[in-house]
Amino acid sequence: MVTSTLLVKIVGALVFLILAPVLGCLLAGVDRRITARMQHRVGPPLLQPYYDVRKLLAKEDASTNPVERIYIFMYLIFIIAAGCLFFSGGNFLLVVFILTLATLFLIVAAFSSRSPYAEIGASREILQVMSYEPMVLLVAVGFYMVTGTFDTAGIVSGTNPVVCYLPLLFLGFVYILTIKLRKSPFDLSMSHHAHQEIVKGITTEMSGKTLAIVEVSHWYENILFLGWVALFLAWGSWIGVVVAIVLTLLIYLLEIFIDNNFARVKWQAMLTSSWWIALVAGAINLATIPFIMNLF
Amino acid sequence: MSYTSKSPWIIHYDASSCNGCDIEVLACLTPLYDVERFGIINTGNPKHADVFLVTGSVNEQNVSVIRQIYDQMLEPKVVIACGVCATTGNIFRECYNTLGGVDLAIPVDVYAPGCAVRPEAIIDAVVKGLAVLEKKRADLDANRGKITASTEE
Repeated sequence: MVTSTLLVKIVGALVFLILAPVLGCLLAGVDRRITARMQHRVGPPLLQPYYDVRKLLAKEDASTNPVERIYIFMYLIFIIAAGCLFFSGGNFLLVVFILTLATLFLIVAAFSSRSPYAEIGASREILQVMSYEPMVLLVAVGFYMVTGTFDTAGIVSGTNPVVCYLPLLFLGFVYILTIKLRKSPFDLSMSHHAHQEIVKGITTEMSGKTLAIVEVSHWYENILFLGWVALFLAWGSWIGVVVAIVLTLLIYLLEIFIDNNFARVKWQAMLTSSWWIALVAGAINLATIPFIMNLF
Repeated sequence: MSYTSKSPWIIHYDASSCNGCDIEVLACLTPLYDVERFGIINTGNPKHADVFLVTGSVNEQNVSVIRQIYDQMLEPKVVIACGVCATTGNIFRECYNTLGGVDLAIPVDVYAPGCAVRPEAIIDAVVKGLAVLEKKRADLDANRGKITASTEE
């Protein structure tokens, strides 16, 4: 029994390690195509993100500060570590903390270039972390109050999806998901679209292989975030998993829609709105969990 | 064809253009021409770009800026002179403050004449530039092999 659960954990981690970049690349390609269609354009080929990364790997090797590559590599490693832990049924709270550490490496990498654009981007990334972190921690608390465990394997194994007990926390989480995915109106630190007022923000000084690692990290990161959404929606049967995957993709479609329909906000608006939503949604939802639990 | 020519990222610099060519460059990004079909993105960042689009003639004030942008771009890279001012200097050729075409400041790979240059001509020039980009990448790979071989000796 012990070996079989260990085997399941190892398989979960390996599936993330191998499939996440493939799915993340396709997700980025679909994202760009849907975005193009929303703007009445044809859009790039589905595998365009893959072509971009292959091109970046073939570019001349240069960096403003050699240490930048090491920090970016740590960013990738810690995202993979967090993802493997998450998909092997590990501790959700630990996943949150490892991912925060990964983001800190990205911020430090941007600061190491000493470029004004990258530094403003890094400062804004810190503000983004400050904006979404309270909500994420409240979500973890909510999971524990409902299921009695922080383990993702335990959270999804109930008879009802956790979203039944945490509806407000789920809505709040979808709100901060836009910040986590760095999509408009919260693409302050780094925009996926062309020009912005701070050029490319956090990745301005990164080029060639370093930028390729950042792109691959984003593929991993996006799949991990969609995994967090699915954690709310899945329950302990295969139908639950299928329903969760479909609903998660619909949530991502909603994110693309939001991305294309809203202009970038100032950081003050991002910080205050996300903290208010975390406070209100979190407090009401956590206080009413005992009553909601009686309904089911 | 390798991946280099499947994802040419662009930086656009207005030397001393009248904005006619600049508007046509931006027109390429609109739904009508949609250059993102070919993976082309207007990055506005020399460190990310592969293709350097210059519009307008070069003058004493901006020649250093053009060289700076060119130097910051990583190999392989191509330069496209968009519009007849960027190509030869056009009617501003004889002005006291104008040097002339872009090729007096940096090496130019493709010339796209026109006043203003048509979006079709720009797209055509970029596609021609991709062949040059491809060749430069091959040269870069060959040289990279040579350098490693010589250091091993």
